[in-house]
Amino acid sequence: MRDVHPLVSIALFIASSVVGYLLIKNVPSLLHTPLMSGMNALSGITVIGAIAVTAAAESWFFKAIGLAALAFSMVNIAAGFSVTDRMLSMFRGKEHGDGR
Amino acid sequence: MADSTYYVAGAALVGLVLLGINRMSKVATARRGNFLSMLAMALIVAVALVRTGEVGSIPVWACIAATLVVSLIVGARVKMIAMPQAVAILNGLGGLASALAAWVEIGRGGSRFSVISSALAIAVGLVTLSGSLVAAGKLARWFPQRSVRVPLHTPLSLVLVLAIAAFAALANPLWVALASIAFGILFSVRVGGADMPITISLLNSLSGVAAGIAGIAIGDAVLISVGGIVGASGLLLTQIMCRAMNRSLMHILLGSTSARAAEPAPEERPAPEAREGPPLEEIVRAARDVIIAPGYGMALAQAQEHVKALADALAEKGARVRFAIHPVAGRMPGHMNVLLCEAGVPYEQLLEMDEINRDFASCDLAVVVGASDTVNPAANTAEGTPIYGMPILDVQSARHVVILNLDRRPGYAGVPNPLYDRPGAIFLEGDAKETVPRLVKIILA
Repeated sequence: MRDVHPLVSIALFIASSVVGYLLIKNVPSLLHTPLMSGMNALSGITVIGAIAVTAAAESWFFKAIGLAALAFSMVNIAAGFSVTDRMLSMFRGKEHGDGR
Repeated sequence: MADSTYYVAGAALVGLVLLGINRMSKVATARRGNFLSMLAMALIVAVALVRTGEVGSIPVWACIAATLVVSLIVGARVKMIAMPQAVAILNGLGGLASALAAWVEIGRGGSRFSVISSALAIAVGLVTLSGSLVAAGKLARWFPQRSVRVPLHTPLSLVLVLAIAAFAALANPLWVALASIAFGILFSVRVGGADMPITISLLNSLSGVAAGIAGIAIGDAVLISVGGIVGASGLLLTQIMCRAMNRSLMHILLGSTSARAAEPAPEERPAPEAREGPPLEEIVRAARDVIIAPGYGMALAQAQEHVKALADALAEKGARVRFAIHPVAGRMPGHMNVLLCEAGVPYEQLLEMDEINRDFASCDLAVVVGASDTVNPAANTAEGTPIYGMPILDVQSARHVVILNLDRRPGYAGVPNPLYDRPGAIFLEGDAKETVPRLVKIILA
């Protein structure tokens, strides 16, 4: 199950943080609330961890905990993206009413 | 699925997430960007299901289907005004999910490295959970917004951090969990209402870090990577918020300014009897260039629709109307923008402090709605006060100033606002839901 070497995984964590930081720096403060809620939805990425541990769990007890983790991360993802989309749909320009 | 295939697919999907974030940098493409991230996430879930062989598992599908339905209903119903607490609660759930996944990983019994990183994921995840729930409670006003301190707050927090580290090293998930929940509560209760944008940003970062550490424990490259991205995003926002308040992160976490807010507010000063200068009617009707500076008071009074009507009325009389948005106005980063956009204000009229501050000197009229600290000139002059050095909206330089605040008391930071007594400033005291429409009536009369 362990497919990434500990050192590689720590390096990957740091590298991703740096790339993310550089990209997010370009987001204007006008969009900081949707950015934050979008990022929040992304933090539901732990869903793949939930799926992986549920699959590997040997007892019913841990399977149930894994499913709970799956449920919470799915709520995080689905509700997060849907409120972000709703917010972004409200950013309308002067001349166009279609969010362009 | 072979590992090499997973790495290629994972890298492509992380790339898609990054592309989505990149699209968030412009309003015109932001919605598509959010959609790309969502698509990437759906594919990531699909890949995970196939890879683990859970694709045929009925409990897993039932769980996904039920949560999707619930979340989409909740997501469609939550009000924009409630967005800060909604984001906080969702954020807490993300932390909880990481902690639970890590707990299962410990239960499986892995290498020492995996167990200790799982324990850390439990710690960060549960600090995120309890911290976010307390923050959400403050934002929703379920309990007081002020900073709460227990005896020996700082030593107690430090002891808890040491306890978490010790229990993590001993791989004792239950005690890690209890100490982390307690630490999260202590962490959040101390932060006062107006410092919430910073707390929320920081907790947002922590939920990403929790996911990333869970990824390290489980050994999943995609989880590590996206967790890192989210962690960085929250940290960046935290940094921006701190800079906008001219405060160090440590100060805010230790609740130093918030403590001041708990002191009784200085006595109300009577409004100056006579005011020189032209009458209100003349000023508002003659104004050609108007800047509106909204603050959290506008959100509290739920007066954003009225403020939009005010902008329309001014425009009808031939004025150019723009909004000056202070980075920390409101209870989360960018809060004012979302509220005003919801009320129908075109986003081109919403300008960041740095873009618009120079224009105050040349505008005819500045209208303050429910803002005090973010427009308080004392920030430039009053050394030793909590807001000294904080960048502010330069409302004081405007030719005419109309202030629509609830009362003349100082804002959250507790520093009296000399703008209120500026010669020629007109103060309309009362609920913005009533004073703004009154002003609209005067303009259109």
